[in-house]
Amino acid sequence: MAAYTIQDHAYDAVVVGAGGAGLRATMGLAEAGLRTANITKVFPTRSHTVAAQGGISAALGNMGEDDWRWHMYDTVKGSDWLGDQDAIEYMCREGPGAVIELEHYGVPFSRTEDGRIYQRAFGGMTTHFGQGQAQRTCAAADRTGHAILHALYQQSLKHDAKFFIEHFAIDLIMDEGACRGVMAWGLEDGSLHRFRAHVVVLATGGYGRIYQSTTAAHTCTGDGGGMALRAGLPVQDAEFVQFHPTGIYGSGVLVSEAARGEGGVLVNAEGERFMARYAPTAKDLASRDVVSRAITLEIREGRGCGPNKDYIHLDVSHLGKEMLQQRLPGVVKNGRVFAGVDATEQPLPVVPTCHYNMGGIPANIRGEVVAPKGDQLEATVPGLMAIGEGACVSVHGANRLGSNSLLDLVVFGRAAAKHASASVKAGAPHAELPKSAGEEAVARLDNLRHANGAIPTATLRRRMQKIMQTHCAVFRETGHLDAGIAEIGQVWRDMADIRVSDRSLIWNSDLVETLELDNLLHLAVATIHSARNRTESRGAHAREDHPKRDDERWLKHTLAWVKPDASVTIGYRPVHLKALSEDARAFPPRARVY
Amino acid sequence: MVALTLPKNSKVHRGRTHKAAAGTAHVRRFRVYRWDPEAGGNPSLDTFEVDLAACGPMVLDALNKIKDEIDATLTFRRSCREGVCGSCSMNIDGTNTLACVKPIEDIGGDVTIYPLPHLAVIKDLVSDLTPFFAQYASIQPWLSADSAPPPAKERRQSPDDRARLDGLWECILCACCSTACPSYWWNSERFLGPATLLQAYRWIVDSRDEHTGDRLDYLEDPFRLYRCHTIMNCTSTCPKGLNPAKAIGAIKKLMVERRG
Repeated sequence: MAAYTIQDHAYDAVVVGAGGAGLRATMGLAEAGLRTANITKVFPTRSHTVAAQGGISAALGNMGEDDWRWHMYDTVKGSDWLGDQDAIEYMCREGPGAVIELEHYGVPFSRTEDGRIYQRAFGGMTTHFGQGQAQRTCAAADRTGHAILHALYQQSLKHDAKFFIEHFAIDLIMDEGACRGVMAWGLEDGSLHRFRAHVVVLATGGYGRIYQSTTAAHTCTGDGGGMALRAGLPVQDAEFVQFHPTGIYGSGVLVSEAARGEGGVLVNAEGERFMARYAPTAKDLASRDVVSRAITLEIREGRGCGPNKDYIHLDVSHLGKEMLQQRLPGVVKNGRVFAGVDATEQPLPVVPTCHYNMGGIPANIRGEVVAPKGDQLEATVPGLMAIGEGACVSVHGANRLGSNSLLDLVVFGRAAAKHASASVKAGAPHAELPKSAGEEAVARLDNLRHANGAIPTATLRRRMQKIMQTHCAVFRETGHLDAGIAEIGQVWRDMADIRVSDRSLIWNSDLVETLELDNLLHLAVATIHSARNRTESRGAHAREDHPKRDDERWLKHTLAWVKPDASVTIGYRPVHLKALSEDARAFPPRARVY
Repeated sequence: MVALTLPKNSKVHRGRTHKAAAGTAHVRRFRVYRWDPEAGGNPSLDTFEVDLAACGPMVLDALNKIKDEIDATLTFRRSCREGVCGSCSMNIDGTNTLACVKPIEDIGGDVTIYPLPHLAVIKDLVSDLTPFFAQYASIQPWLSADSAPPPAKERRQSPDDRARLDGLWECILCACCSTACPSYWWNSERFLGPATLLQAYRWIVDSRDEHTGDRLDYLEDPFRLYRCHTIMNCTSTCPKGLNPAKAIGAIKKLMVERRG
């Protein structure tokens, strides 16, 4: 191995990732006086939070009566009872405060006539425990993620947090079961860095790029999950992957649920508003898993639109040009650019598209990473936290409601900052690291940098994406999953024959993509094994050979550890079925009907 | 001193040509700027023949195809591929724009791709935006108010006041506008450039912000603001359809008004 010079850094806290969760944690830690570094592989405002469109849920009650307990009920039901109810209570209760805080930071929310934050209807969001349609989703037109991400970066600037931009985190530094820091590679000058920290916060986002068709950015590669799995930690509920009902046919670019929240409707080739058959009450605003399955069935049964009958129409044209320009300008623009359709006059062609990972690194409501040890099911990993889409708290359970993810980011980003600043003393001295700390990470980087096999990274990545799309998408079935497991195992073995063509260290994006592929592949393996293992249907996990939810056997979280030979060890954690406080009541499982 | 020719190490040489397989029907030539900092030497313009029949519609699709199938060392930034993150800003067919929303079919003939103009190049199409982001930070781009917000409630803002932010808050900091501005090319150390000035105006007109005077004081400078000569390249190039020149004009007007 070539000699590498490594720069050493010591911080109180290091946050990996600068999306909504990472930035909220970073500004909170900096504000609390902790020496904080943020390591991010893209400039903060390039993070994928920027693409969130519809809004952020919170029971502000600006558009009619609302109560965070109703929001809690909706989220529990949306999760198909797999969500932890204490965590859901925490998120829904903190919601209004967290959104008001964002407004105070300067987020340009759309406004009501009397100057309050504008809120729109969204799927699964109801009043009076399922009785009426709530208007709970706070919006900045249909660019809410952009508005929030920029405001959080601005606040991080205000609090003078230290950023390591375009630095790629390679691996965690673990020492006797505790996290002591992280290794990173600076792209601009090819430098290697060893960060020591009292606490490392993983805020690395989802891993939608394990699929061929996804709304996720190229950079959504589950780097935190990959690092955690390599460190011998599990991921939780990886089988629960949300397919958004309305990705633009062909490109996979998202059409916001706000389109339906504002009155858009789904129509099949016969001109029928088919959602009424699948969800008589909520119709087009049923939960995303329900709508995605309905669309898939319509297409399968020959009622798809277009020459190949392989998509469905989303029609917003009846809403009027002025309203669309004011409330849904991004939807109109994306329709024009990516579908060549003027949405003010014609319907948009859409298909269910991979959108969100409910699963991730298990964490509690303080943001601490959980890794069960024997019968200690809530044991935490000292020095390691996880938040945002890359974590699984679990507030989304088996299916996330639209506009609950932006809320998740800011609520748990804030909670993590609070907990870390209470438990870490600013400027406390660091214990010595083991002499070899970080060597393995550098060796892994060096090994891939000089990989001289036969298969280019992009080829192997495409194979993985195709396998996941074919065998582990909206509907799943034992035979397909078994075949997928065998095929993904071969992809894993073929990593040994990978070819990296760029040997440089400065901005070697070939090597970045290869490290990302390694992370993706860890998560793809965890996802498909967890999906094969769960022989029931719940939320986004629909098993054709096990079509019923089975609370008797499966009201529990999956844990998956990935071994170096691509085999997976499965474990379980109980779902928290109790509320956090006496202010809320818990909701015992019942049938989920929209 | 004015350099009448490019410095020797900046001359772009003819690079390698990657031909498409014989018989490929829908071939387009992409001529892409290359420079490897570790190899040193002069930049070059490589030619890639791409089969459009097996390629997505946008320039970014072609770049991805080149990287995936022809030359994995080609280096560029990209992330959202839907025009909202600002990563893939570059100079395509002579105009700064986002590769992910620039249709290939809008370009006649060979597609020429360079990094954003007048920035230091790190590698291939990746240029150094550090000074650009430092200028953005210099205008204190956050809500600044001395009066405390109402506890547990939002600050009120009328729909009309909120509408004044439209066309400003959507800026994605891609730097297409600033690096298209001849004044910025000439004085990028001191002139803030259109993107940063548009961002400054976003806070100046926000009815919730109370430091308009301080913000104007900071901009009242022969270089920071007044190097804008209304050339309007910024507005014609903005991939989001925003109008930085109009925002700058509005700032200048406020300067005149407050002088009385």
